[in-house]
Amino acid sequence: MNYSPDFSVVLDNWPVLARGLWVTIQIWLPSIALGLIGGFLISQARLSSRRWLSIPSLVYVELFRDTPVLIQLIWFFYAFPILIGVQLTPFTAALLGLTLNTTAYSAEIFRGGIKSIHRGQMEGAKAIGMTHAQAMRRVILPQVVKRMLPAFTNRMIEVAKMSSLASVISVHELMYQGRLLSSTYYRPFEILTAVAFIYFVLIYPGTFLAGRLEKRLARSS
Amino acid sequence: MQKPILEIKGLHKRFGDHHVLRGIDFSVAAGERIAIIGGSGSGKSTFLRCMNFMETLSEGEIWLDGKRIGTERNGQVTYPERQLCAVRERVGMVFQQFNLFPHMTVLQNVMEGLVTVKGMAREQAREIALQELDKVGLSEKVDAWPGRLSGGQQQRVAIARALSMKPEILLFDEPTSSLDPELVGEVLRVINHLAEEGRTMLLVTHELGFAYHFATKVIFLADGVFHEVGTPDEVLKNPRQARTQEFLRRFGEFAF
Repeated sequence: MNYSPDFSVVLDNWPVLARGLWVTIQIWLPSIALGLIGGFLISQARLSSRRWLSIPSLVYVELFRDTPVLIQLIWFFYAFPILIGVQLTPFTAALLGLTLNTTAYSAEIFRGGIKSIHRGQMEGAKAIGMTHAQAMRRVILPQVVKRMLPAFTNRMIEVAKMSSLASVISVHELMYQGRLLSSTYYRPFEILTAVAFIYFVLIYPGTFLAGRLEKRLARSS
Repeated sequence: MQKPILEIKGLHKRFGDHHVLRGIDFSVAAGERIAIIGGSGSGKSTFLRCMNFMETLSEGEIWLDGKRIGTERNGQVTYPERQLCAVRERVGMVFQQFNLFPHMTVLQNVMEGLVTVKGMAREQAREIALQELDKVGLSEKVDAWPGRLSGGQQQRVAIARALSMKPEILLFDEPTSSLDPELVGEVLRVINHLAEEGRTMLLVTHELGFAYHFATKVIFLADGVFHEVGTPDEVLKNPRQARTQEFLRRFGEFAF
């Protein structure tokens, strides 16, 4: 092997990668936050006894879970202009795609979590006069979140990595910048290794904190 | 006869094709203590659960203080959530499985309804919760997690939680059925203490001995109807109906 790695190309182009990292964060955190809120709402629709709520939400969830994310992102970027005559920016298309996808996944996490809580908890809450919404907020959700924390953490990790797919519709995020630099300098080994390292540094603190939180919550039961 | 607090007219309950309650008329007056007995599957728990709308009625009316619960529009009766919540504040319930909130301490469990439902300040809620916990003999356990308590202690917390709301009627759904035999006594003593305070209570139970001492009225439920109703002496000692006699005989089979 006569290839000699030269990481100076990474250091020289650090500002480019930093800009990419910032765009990645701008896709990642909002799509997680919005996806969790959306996921909770969809899970309520899924669990509803009203069929006009439960059936459309089921279709939504299955559509987004059973098709590749890559196609979803491309679809929002290229199909939207055709269907509704509005051209989304690549960034908006990526954010929308990942948010809707995360919504579908977290809806299932919430639904599973809520169903796993014994029926008696809802009854106990209602028996002291709580409304359904109060019982959800005070009794059911705190227990669901605790139980589902590993699943939510997993989802956060997935979305951080999935955001790299946005490079395909030329969102200037971390992966896009990495690929651009690779083909400019013909140094894919150094640059992509560095990109992988940046993803790791981005994601690891989150998983570490989630692990700590899980342990703290476990104490109360 | 006193004016009834709670009245039930023509109550039916079906689960799909299964017709559990088949036309019940019933009323509760202040200070009455009613024990409901019957075989498993007789519908006694379902009957109790209809009274605070843990189950929706298939047919029939429930009246509280002379006012019908539910809103009638074009011949259809609906039960708005606000109304049901108001009913449940006044008609408290204690469950077989306690149903304590495991993510809250004992004290928080008892404060919860006061703070969230009644909108009371935490300090005041705490005061009341401590009093109720003292009443059920659990002052020592206020900061414990429910999961650390024995079944009997958990059930006493559940009773304190129900009492904190100052209900006019208390419903007990087999409160000792999931307890180890040696823990039954501590819960029955608490219920007995409430009886001495003159509270209005309904109790579904298999503890016939306790029912005899506790109740002012005993109802034997079979096949979804009131098969026999009377004083504890009438129903438990001198039952007239063959079904009741048979039920009691099976209970006494292994007595010593």
